[in-house]
Amino acid sequence: MLLTITTTARPATELGFLLHKHPGRVQEFRQSFGTATVFYPEAGEECCTAALLLDVDPIALVRSRGKGSPDFSLSQYVNDRPYAASSLLAVALADVFRTARAGRCAARPELPGTPLPLALRLPALPCRGGPELARRVFEPLGWEVDARALPLDEGFPEWGQSRYVGLTLRGTVRLADALNHLYVLLPVLDDAKHYWIAPDEVDKLIRAGTGWLHEHPERGLITRRYLGRRHSLARTALARLAELGDETQEQLEPAVEEEPPTEETATEETAVEEAGTEEAGTEAEAGADVGADAATEAEAGTGAEAEGRPKALNVRRREAVLAKLAELGATSVIDLGCGQGELVGALLAQPRFARVGGMDVSSMALTIAARKLRLDRMPDAKRARLTLFQGALTYTDRRLSGYDAAVLMEVVEHVDPSRLEALERVVFGNARPPHVLVTTPNIEYNVRYEFLTGLRHPDHRFEWTRAEFAAWASRVAARYGYRVAYEPVGDDDPEVGPPTQMGVFTRDQRS
Amino acid sequence: MISVPELSLVVLVGVSGSGKSTFAARHFKPTQVISSDFCRGLVADDENDQSATPAAFDLLHHIVGVRLARGLFTVVDATNVQYAARRRLIDLARKHDVLADAIVLDVPEELAVERNAVRPDRTFGPGVVVRQRKDLRRSLGKISGDGFRRVHVLRGVDEIDAAVITYEKAWSDRTELTGPFDIIGDVHGCRSELETLLDRLGWRRGPAGLAHPEGRTAVFVGDLVDRGPDSPGVLSLVMDMVEAGTAICVMGNHEQKLLRALNGRKVNVAHGLRESLDQFAAQPPEFVARARAFMDGLLSHYRLDGGRLVVAHAGLKEAYHGRASGRVRAFALYGDTTGETDEYGLPVRYPWADEYRGRAMVVYGHTPTVRPEWVNNTICLDTGCVFGGHLTALRYPERQIVQVPAEKVWYEPTKPLGHGHEPGMLDITDVTGTRYVETRFGPRVKVMEENAAAALEVMSRFAVDPRWLVYLPPTMAPPETSRLDGYLEHPHEAFEEFAAAGVREVVCEEKHMGSRAVAVLARTPEVAADRFGVTDGGTGVVYTRTGRPFFADTAPLVERLREACEPLWAALGSDWVVLDCELLPWSAKAGELIRSQYASVGAAARAALPEAVAALAAAAGRGLDVGELMTRTRRRADNAALFRDAYARYCWPVDGLDGIRLAPFQVLACEGRATAVEPHAWHLSTLALLDSPLITRTEHVFVTLDSPESRAEATAWWEAMTAAGGEGMVVKPAAYQPGRVQPGVKVRGREYLRIIYGPDYTESLDVLRRRFLGKKRSLALREYALGLEALSRLAEGEASWRVHEPVFAVLALESEPVDPRL
Repeated sequence: MLLTITTTARPATELGFLLHKHPGRVQEFRQSFGTATVFYPEAGEECCTAALLLDVDPIALVRSRGKGSPDFSLSQYVNDRPYAASSLLAVALADVFRTARAGRCAARPELPGTPLPLALRLPALPCRGGPELARRVFEPLGWEVDARALPLDEGFPEWGQSRYVGLTLRGTVRLADALNHLYVLLPVLDDAKHYWIAPDEVDKLIRAGTGWLHEHPERGLITRRYLGRRHSLARTALARLAELGDETQEQLEPAVEEEPPTEETATEETAVEEAGTEEAGTEAEAGADVGADAATEAEAGTGAEAEGRPKALNVRRREAVLAKLAELGATSVIDLGCGQGELVGALLAQPRFARVGGMDVSSMALTIAARKLRLDRMPDAKRARLTLFQGALTYTDRRLSGYDAAVLMEVVEHVDPSRLEALERVVFGNARPPHVLVTTPNIEYNVRYEFLTGLRHPDHRFEWTRAEFAAWASRVAARYGYRVAYEPVGDDDPEVGPPTQMGVFTRDQRS
Repeated sequence: MISVPELSLVVLVGVSGSGKSTFAARHFKPTQVISSDFCRGLVADDENDQSATPAAFDLLHHIVGVRLARGLFTVVDATNVQYAARRRLIDLARKHDVLADAIVLDVPEELAVERNAVRPDRTFGPGVVVRQRKDLRRSLGKISGDGFRRVHVLRGVDEIDAAVITYEKAWSDRTELTGPFDIIGDVHGCRSELETLLDRLGWRRGPAGLAHPEGRTAVFVGDLVDRGPDSPGVLSLVMDMVEAGTAICVMGNHEQKLLRALNGRKVNVAHGLRESLDQFAAQPPEFVARARAFMDGLLSHYRLDGGRLVVAHAGLKEAYHGRASGRVRAFALYGDTTGETDEYGLPVRYPWADEYRGRAMVVYGHTPTVRPEWVNNTICLDTGCVFGGHLTALRYPERQIVQVPAEKVWYEPTKPLGHGHEPGMLDITDVTGTRYVETRFGPRVKVMEENAAAALEVMSRFAVDPRWLVYLPPTMAPPETSRLDGYLEHPHEAFEEFAAAGVREVVCEEKHMGSRAVAVLARTPEVAADRFGVTDGGTGVVYTRTGRPFFADTAPLVERLREACEPLWAALGSDWVVLDCELLPWSAKAGELIRSQYASVGAAARAALPEAVAALAAAAGRGLDVGELMTRTRRRADNAALFRDAYARYCWPVDGLDGIRLAPFQVLACEGRATAVEPHAWHLSTLALLDSPLITRTEHVFVTLDSPESRAEATAWWEAMTAAGGEGMVVKPAAYQPGRVQPGVKVRGREYLRIIYGPDYTESLDVLRRRFLGKKRSLALREYALGLEALSRLAEGEASWRVHEPVFAVLALESEPVDPRL
């Protein structure tokens, strides 16, 4: 909520001309969410400081929210917007210093084009990724970055650092560029979940990023975060339930990214996966070049199939499952826990699979799947082969019956051990397809992931060794009248086995 | 006089102009009659558009199908003069397991032609009627072979006009019998055990044979015969009782086969039939004849007690209750067989009871198990007496089991008796879609589809095992907003509200600022298995208000809590209990939320505001006029400090279970009792029995609402508590109040509300006072009713899906958008 801009160019007071704000006055500017005040704590020949103080009215803020924002979650009311240098400050800055940002100055026409010695100070900058990310984002733009993490609460030192940094940028930069850097990068660093996005945001980004964004080494990350995340009814409902249970929304969001960080991705920080995979694609379709770039970046960044690199494990897993289904002669397949529909899409691409089912517990995942599969534009003949629905593997469900094969790809490890028995009954006892394919991580292989700590995904309730998997699988097979065979997926490491293990269950003839 | 079954499909047959519609209108309700003309109109806007006939019949069959599925008597008004048309209707009736009758209206050809001629909408010539009549004539000869139960032919106008329709009850309909009943499992010739059992049940032999002094009726589930030592004796006893009107009996598969054998049919003599045949060979022929007649007259199922009880030998799924068809009979006699056989050569049965969701209790036998177990309001009473097990009876409506042991193993079983039915599974259709949940504590509650979808995700991904998840607490509204300076909430409004609702006394309970917790505790693993169907050795759970477990492993907490609750077993006379609690500290569960939301806000505020104050001070030093902004910013800096204190008060470090405390404030349920409706004085005194370092007492005062002193005392108590940083209090009617009275309202402290409304809320109280409580209060009432309903169903031992239904509904309602600050 506070930004100070200091210059030591002589005469320093010319900052007033550049900003179009007189150093001797205190000026107020109404914003939809509060009041911005510009004043000069210091205005001397050698040093001049302009301050933009944004007094956010939390109630007005709630009223000006976007339609899709979760207005019934408490975080809408108790949040850092009145204090932190967030997207609101960026919006106010863009408004108050509009002319300066455009690089126009009638009184001193030569000034806007001249790099000036500047110091920008933001006492509380929300920065997901910490001081390190602030440096990565600002240093390539010619700033000397002094970023210090702020402690969460001095009374509870064990809580560690907050997501805020006290940031000071020093450099010799044109003022218009400096303002545009802040305009684009404040919301990017914040990466706030309550940042609302309108269709014209893309255009704004392109304009503000002119001349520097396209060659920025972090342009992929900047674009994805800037474009923000969308909200759906399902997500807002989840947000509410999370708070009721004294939890954060993130703790309830569905598992999207399954792969542990590899060497390349580990150096990138974790927020990449959140926005990247699901949203960038649609933004690209919206016709923005920048968005399209972001989508490609996202794929390369998360290590899909770049040149010279091995295939990602999720691709190999999908291929292994498809090959096995073909080998078993299955013509109707249901993917239990289909997520965003990658396997469903691959199944539909092969005419041999005459009937394809996809079930997931997350309505959000299903919405994304429907979009990715382009359900609304799918030809009737193909559409007729597909059934996509919400369901849970702990409830018996008639809709699961009647398929040649059921696939549980990276699903069982998301189920609490105490609920596995219910899943077994639902799938093996009740739906009883002739074949069931189960894949799950082999925890022994985890030592091969250099950057992995703990399990491969925060939502994993367990990961099994090969022996543990075999013990479970053979018990289930015996109980429900199946035979089971095991196959490795991915490179079978002589010491620790493959990264993924697959159990192929086949129902006994007699039962 | 035409007699048709109460639930049946009546097919009118007659040429165009024979008067079918007039006949139907005279005898049946308009909604019961589905005519092809009407359907043609619906699909073509023209009742005579013959090109629409195929579509019209598709619609007609659909409507008839839906009605029959719902158990409604239906009449089809179409010519039906061709076999193919009637065949489709008979198939439809069979598909829904109802009987079909035909009523033929046979009028002279000239009359029909004449009638059509005067109707301007009938544009077809006499040729149509002539052709239809030819079809009808051809049909009449063999219509009785179509598959109708009965064909009623009315010849000529006079017979048609004189006809009267009467209705026959279904044979299986004995809903007028209300019991009480003693329902007896498979006897299989064990006459001695049967007599012992009847004696234990209180039956005495009097002048009119066996009778029960309380006028009870015995109900036999079939399989009286075969395998055992005295099948004729058992039959004789049961026949006497049935004839005397003190018993009813359904047919078992063994009666059916014995009957076929006695009738001289060729049957495979196995599974104990040999014993019966030998025993019957020694009986006089009159007895054999009587037994044959008796068995021949047995029905395969009965509906009793207003439809609340269904008895069939092998059970019956809901769609077949009261229906009549070959497959209904087969189901009732043999169960839902899959056509496969198991390793013992016995038929594999489909576990229909797992899917049973009917409201009628279904009592049956047929499959011997070690002990009778309830599955979704159904129970199998065959405990293998003849194999050396027990002979079992169920007292209805008491739901009490009475057993006598077998005197010996009369017959070696081919396979061991079944061991425990797997606990009933929940089905997806129990929870998804738009649903209406009936409760006995208020109007039925609607659950929207999208809320159910959100709840399904949270429930299945995060909640504890649903067998333990027997309750979720309702939301609670604050009182009307206070107008007192500096306050948003104050006890005054709470007292006023309850006084206005006619409540005399309320209790004010300290609101512990922690996380809401529900504890379900069983005394032993055996009780857990018995009462909750949890067989993994667990003895309880402690979960959050969204059903998530506290901590990765709740077992140690459950262990300690059960120790602390030891005094409750005797006090409640129960081996299990459900408690409503608050778990402290807040930070134990909410640590991540506090850090990411509350502490973050505090950190940003404490970093930004001092620098803003410093910049403003510098500007003021330069002579700029920033005075007002500076004052305000300083005040906000103070508010930020108060905000930080407000949340920090509810945080303290915990190490494992050390530091964790539980504050139980209500006993929700125990065996046979939904204690949640007990007065709060009872709850507080019962819970005062607990004496353990784990347990925190809930401070409280009772308030007599018509006493100003009593109110003032409680208000002072609240003020002192909240001034010291307490969250506030909950005000509840001292005793359960039915109707639209809130079960409780929360009055929160001034400082605490900074956590809810933001650090600076005290700056804009006037704006905040405009808050709308209606939706929150309505939600609170609905969730409260659902919660009580779940507890009542649990206490009464209802099926797991019945308990799960209202619990799931609470979670779904909680995802509805409501101002979260209330």
